[in-house]
Amino acid sequence: MAATAEVAGARAPKQSFSRAALPYLLSLPALLVCIGILIPFFTAVYYSLQRYNLAMPFLRGFIWFDNYKDFLSDPAFWNTVSISLIYTALTVGIELLLGLGIALLLQRPTLFNNALSIALMLPLMIAPAIASLMWKLMTNPNFGILSYLVGLVGLTDFKWASDPSTALLTVVLVDIWVYTPFMMILLLAGLRGLPKQPFEAAELDGVPASFVFFRITLPMLLPYIITAALFRMLDSIQQFDIIYAMTQGGPGDKLMVFQVQAYLEFFTYTNVGRSSALLMVLWAIAYLLSHQFIKSWLRLRERARGQA
Amino acid sequence: MHERERDLVAQFMQRQIGRRELFRRMGQMGVGAAAASYLLNTASTQVLAADFDWQAHKGKTVTLLLNKHPYTDAMIANLDNFKTLTGMDVKYDVFPEDVYFDKVTAALSSQGTQYDAFMTGAYQTWQYGPAGWLVDMNQFISDPAYTAPNYNWEDMLPNLRASTAWSGVPGEALGGEGAKQWAVPWGFELNNLAYNKPLFDKLGLGVPKNLPELIETAAKITKDAGGPYGIGVRGSRSWASIHPGFLSAYSNYGQKDFSLADGKLSAAMNTPESKAFHDLWVKMIQDSGPKNWATYTWYQVGTDLGAGASGMIYDADILGYFMNGGDNKEAGHLAYAAIAPNPEATAPTPNVWIWSLGMNAFGQQQDAAWLFVQWASGTEHGLFGARKMDFVNPVRQSVWDDQEFKDRIAAKYPGYIEQYTTSAPGSKIYFTPQPLFFNLTTEWAASLQKMVAKEVPVSEGLDQLAESVNRQLKQAGLG
Repeated sequence: MAATAEVAGARAPKQSFSRAALPYLLSLPALLVCIGILIPFFTAVYYSLQRYNLAMPFLRGFIWFDNYKDFLSDPAFWNTVSISLIYTALTVGIELLLGLGIALLLQRPTLFNNALSIALMLPLMIAPAIASLMWKLMTNPNFGILSYLVGLVGLTDFKWASDPSTALLTVVLVDIWVYTPFMMILLLAGLRGLPKQPFEAAELDGVPASFVFFRITLPMLLPYIITAALFRMLDSIQQFDIIYAMTQGGPGDKLMVFQVQAYLEFFTYTNVGRSSALLMVLWAIAYLLSHQFIKSWLRLRERARGQA
Repeated sequence: MHERERDLVAQFMQRQIGRRELFRRMGQMGVGAAAASYLLNTASTQVLAADFDWQAHKGKTVTLLLNKHPYTDAMIANLDNFKTLTGMDVKYDVFPEDVYFDKVTAALSSQGTQYDAFMTGAYQTWQYGPAGWLVDMNQFISDPAYTAPNYNWEDMLPNLRASTAWSGVPGEALGGEGAKQWAVPWGFELNNLAYNKPLFDKLGLGVPKNLPELIETAAKITKDAGGPYGIGVRGSRSWASIHPGFLSAYSNYGQKDFSLADGKLSAAMNTPESKAFHDLWVKMIQDSGPKNWATYTWYQVGTDLGAGASGMIYDADILGYFMNGGDNKEAGHLAYAAIAPNPEATAPTPNVWIWSLGMNAFGQQQDAAWLFVQWASGTEHGLFGARKMDFVNPVRQSVWDDQEFKDRIAAKYPGYIEQYTTSAPGSKIYFTPQPLFFNLTTEWAASLQKMVAKEVPVSEGLDQLAESVNRQLKQAGLG
């Protein structure tokens, strides 16, 4: 017995150490991922406080918030803010409406609807840069199918992404084509997951369809809508590939969104300081917008719990 | 090798007979084309190896970063020659041009040692050189311990040598006193007209000699050709839209991008003469350019000419050269002409783009890398590329003087040699070297887009551009 007690006594500290270390070991991967994100983030913050152009290393030095102060008086920066927000609002808004509409049409899980929902997912499988090149060809005035089709309705000189008045419309169309399926699939999953009882009760009571949609479907679907919109909003405000592949931010400065400007500043102009500062501003805008979205989502959840 | 065959190859190497004659006589001796090529390659290697230790770095491997380009194809096709000559191996990564310079910037700015040498443009050296990423090639070129006696640096076209050398002082002339040779010219392009000859003949058009004639001819093509538009020029929002036809014409009107006073730069794009030139250029695009001009890069400009969608282009001469072959619809129909856009100018002044070879300052084997650069920019490889591949335009006078090369070009590319000969004396980089080149030139392209789209009148657009440029120059301590 004594021997057994001794052995047990000797093992006990080992087990407690493993047990104590377990939470840290389990969180280690998350910590590593965090470090992988935080190091570049703080490096960018550090660079954004410097005058740092790779082509002029002799000028490098801390200028603290001067890069940010320069933005305030720079009309090009305010143009970037404005274009980025307009682009985000248009793409997220239209994709949400279209995605919701398509999801409602495909709500009943029939064989045809399931097949169609898979087919509609195809644009999402294409890399946005490739989709942009496809659209660039389709809008070519010499042989593009879309140029031909708009020509049939009398728009023979439609310049698509080349014209300042239609450039935004063109890239928004490409974004809608690529990302509407994303909205559709999230909302479709939400619609099919809603409890059936309220709808059955409404049907028994002979409630009009519009009332069912606005008073039952939409409020119950709202958490899904907010989640889908949040994902798309974060993606849209950081738009790069579609715009860069189609117009490089032109014509003029019409499509000079944050990521395109930051990319040019770094890779073409080698201005690391200004590029980092631009990305910091973009991060702040994305943070504020997502913060608002998440607050709304939590409020809805609280309300739903209260009602329950 | 038999004596008679060796003598024959020796005669060829001494330029006593041409390549065609060599192969004809080899054929008579019963030597097949493949065997003859082998003998020739061996002899070339022996000639190169004379009086210089090409084997000094035998067993080493140099790694290259390359852009997908016919020059690269020609180099890869001849790489065995280098390997035999030096006993070295070569590894390379090839990227398409869309991402190529991003790769170079990333590789060099990270001070990586992966690549020993790489392709670069002369403009890029205005960033890479002052940043300390490039080796000054002067230390190798001028030292006989590193450079073979037959390398003949003086054979390189003088304007190209100067255009790839800069002191790093903003505004100071290229190739001036104290300039560092940041890169070695490899192949280059100057900007002139390439046109669809059958279309011109059909419409009874003469080749335009200056910008007013160019505008008029382009308008006639757009009006009368029944489909094709008049003139292809680049228009995308990029510095690359400014350097070809646009700057060639601009400099022919005696205009400059910047003026320099007391070591400070200031914008010179909004002088009355510059505004008058911009008026002409903008009108030409509005009247006779491609509909999607604002998205046009060199690729669209070239393919439209090759596909018969445009009547002519004012762009790189080699772009017209490449469109005259392959499976292009208009292959064999294109012709070339020099243009002096200013009616009062006496000769063309094409701005040039120079594909050059640079060496990584962080590379661990710079001596070995120089052997590669020396071989790739040498006369023998230049001749191989010019005669057998599409390594045009050559950067060496001796290659331009080569009869076999000239005969090949004259047979398939009517007017190409003549446009080069007429333009060569005035062809060089006409930009003012300064480290903000890419920012300010891209902004110039964006301004042009606004003017062509009639978002802003030319005069007002240029005043706005000059104001913005001056502000940025001041912020960078250059203005």
